[in-house]
Amino acid sequence: MGYVLRRLLATLPVMAVVAVVVFLLIHLSPGDPAALIAGDLATVDDIEKLRGVLGLDKPLWQQFVLWIGRLASGDLGVSIFTQVPVTQLLAQRLEPTVSIAFFTMLLTLLVAVPLGTLAAWRAGSWIDRLVMLFAVLAFSVPVFLVGYLLVYAFAVQLPWFPVQGYARIADGMGAWLRSLVLPCVNLALVYIALVTRMTRATVLEVLHEDYIRTARAKGLGVLPVLGHALRNAAIPIATTIGVGIALLIGGVVVTETVFGIPGVGRLVIDSVQRHDYPVIQSVLLISAGVYVLINLLIDLSYRLFDPRIQY
Amino acid sequence: MNRRLLASAATWGALALATVGLPAVAQTKTLKVVAHADVKILDPTFTTAYISRNFGYMVYDTLFAQDSHSKPQPQMVDKYTSSKDGKAWSFTLRPGLKFSDGAAVTSADVIASLQRWSVRDSLGRAMGAAGAEWKAVDASTFTLTLKEPFGMVLDALAKPSGYPPFILPERLAKMPATSPLPEVLGSGPFIFKRDEWVPGNKAVFVRNPQYVARSEPPNGLSGSKQSHFDRVEWLYLPDANSSVAALKRGEVDLIEQLPPDYIAPLSTDATIKIGSGGAYQGFLVLNQTFPPFDNPKARQALAHAVNQEKFTAAMGYPLNMRVTYCATYFICGGPNETSAGAEPFRTVDVAKGKALLAEAGYTGEKVVLLVPTDVPYLNAEALMTAQAMKSLGMNVDMQNMDWASIGARRAKKDAPEAGGWNVYVTVAGEFDVNSPITNAYLSAACGSSLPGWPCDKQLDELRSAWIKETDPAKRKELLDAFQTRAYQAIPYVNAGQYSAAYAARSSLKGLDKLWAGMPVVWALDR
Repeated sequence: MGYVLRRLLATLPVMAVVAVVVFLLIHLSPGDPAALIAGDLATVDDIEKLRGVLGLDKPLWQQFVLWIGRLASGDLGVSIFTQVPVTQLLAQRLEPTVSIAFFTMLLTLLVAVPLGTLAAWRAGSWIDRLVMLFAVLAFSVPVFLVGYLLVYAFAVQLPWFPVQGYARIADGMGAWLRSLVLPCVNLALVYIALVTRMTRATVLEVLHEDYIRTARAKGLGVLPVLGHALRNAAIPIATTIGVGIALLIGGVVVTETVFGIPGVGRLVIDSVQRHDYPVIQSVLLISAGVYVLINLLIDLSYRLFDPRIQY
Repeated sequence: MNRRLLASAATWGALALATVGLPAVAQTKTLKVVAHADVKILDPTFTTAYISRNFGYMVYDTLFAQDSHSKPQPQMVDKYTSSKDGKAWSFTLRPGLKFSDGAAVTSADVIASLQRWSVRDSLGRAMGAAGAEWKAVDASTFTLTLKEPFGMVLDALAKPSGYPPFILPERLAKMPATSPLPEVLGSGPFIFKRDEWVPGNKAVFVRNPQYVARSEPPNGLSGSKQSHFDRVEWLYLPDANSSVAALKRGEVDLIEQLPPDYIAPLSTDATIKIGSGGAYQGFLVLNQTFPPFDNPKARQALAHAVNQEKFTAAMGYPLNMRVTYCATYFICGGPNETSAGAEPFRTVDVAKGKALLAEAGYTGEKVVLLVPTDVPYLNAEALMTAQAMKSLGMNVDMQNMDWASIGARRAKKDAPEAGGWNVYVTVAGEFDVNSPITNAYLSAACGSSLPGWPCDKQLDELRSAWIKETDPAKRKELLDAFQTRAYQAIPYVNAGQYSAAYAARSSLKGLDKLWAGMPVVWALDR
């Protein structure tokens, strides 16, 4: 418990640094939201008045203090463009992102770990080569291309799934699941390739350990042996999966764009493109917090696989 | 056997998912439109963004509206009269008009709305300069008196773009025009569903039960706006490929602006209809406060080097969607089309351009061109501009950046070598081009802070005279004189005219009513 508390406290300076860096990076980059809001045909006077209304004419340090002050009281601010609170924008985007992340990782776990283990067990065989070929292909083919192929095959030619859009859980479980199938398969392919390779490499290494040879010499069956091997190979696999989840929560813009999913990734990109400062700052800060938290959970999970690890 | 079983299970699983859990909204008659942009700002008096203007037409109504021949027709107004000198007007609202909350639309709402609009809009300001005074006579009748002649009263009240004069409830209209409205409440054909709004993804409208339609059929922006659909969804899909696939599949009914690359592939699909989504004009905006473009001869030089047909072709539009050469600053096919003063620029003349540039005193200094990298058609326009400038022997410094950065940069008055600029490119829709007062760069008087800072006293005088003139024949003469002078002063270079394209399911009825890129969705049916 002490370790968890220490780690949580250690996130505070990290978040403070992230807050400063994000704020400066965004505000010092060229571009002016007031000019975008006013439109192409607006005069400089119109833009200047708008900057005043939006509070963008204040010195940078004042804007930073105001933002931090609001943040400290739990107020993430309001989008400059839509005038919608950032918390509401985030809440709208969280369900699609979490849904995609959950099913993508579920699919990855269900496919990649058995596939990687099988490839390691049959190392050098045609099965191994086939699995590795799949992994190389899944890595190499751009995500957007796979997305388009999936849409063409399973939404346009075979109208099984929608081309685009996200159906909320409230719209019905069937519609929700249907809207998730193609984006999750699209995303999972990359993660399956990654985790399969990681699983194969680590299991293969463990399979060469003396205790495995001893177990097999004693006549232990294939599954119990692989069970022992997997447990000992689990730490790098868990790390890879954890990082994958963090990346998914942070947003997978290409897949969200191809499938028209209103996720966190799209929110960030849209906000960056139009310099919607409050949204970018808050979402990036929260994303950083999620990364830190997931890293902590990964570290804590190590004890499940190896009780010798002490914190 | 196992593999066959697995394949069979996968197929049945997919089919099961495909058939269960249809959303409740499928019961209602819904039109799904892929909007040309994400609607972010819900106050059309706060921005000139076309998507916010279109939003305005969904939820608000106007006193007058342009028909498909660009003639102002009464919309919320039932009857109106004007004095012979055009200085005194009286208007009466149609009976029974209500906002979507059930409150009656009154003269007080109208006057407050027009006063808010006048602060922002060029025509509104011009009316104000002519001494416009609005007065309520009773709940449905109001008057306008002008101190000076103003030949564009109905045109102003029917202004379709820029800032259209939408009518809001008085309590909202009295809020300052410098801040966006906190609420959306109009008397237009639809109600905005704020609870279903997902910025960056979807805006939803439902039919306004309080809307009182005109008896005339839809015609341009005028006539009945009674929707055939219970619900209209605007989707924002940033990936064009996904939009097109969704249209082919029938998941969406209409793509408001089809990227030019998709026009040819879709034109052979019998289930899809492609049509014109309104005329646009390319603008080469020149900074007239620094050399070389502070000299009209340098501006004329660039105009001589621009091949309009090549510009619009480079932007990707097929031959049938672009005008080979458009002599007018005011949109070919528009109400103010004229070729006055354009003859010297009809054909590209690089030699003449070089001579003019030399006369302007240009000696090879760097000329900063801002190149947008994230908007394909503007990028093409900028690259063509660079080519035209280089053909004149200019030393072009192409500075690549995203459109947001150009938005900020173009407002800078610094010298080009100190973070300013010389040239940037943009486009504008026909309604924001088609007259000396709606065209931003032709309506900018000396002292205006429009980026580029054009200033020509003679143009200012001709514009004022044209606005005041009420006699049609004299107005035409003044318009010709204005354009002739514009071709001498070159407030900006006209880079050609093209038509944006929409794509719709062929099963959609009323597509012929879609007009000039306006969201006339109330005229559509399935």
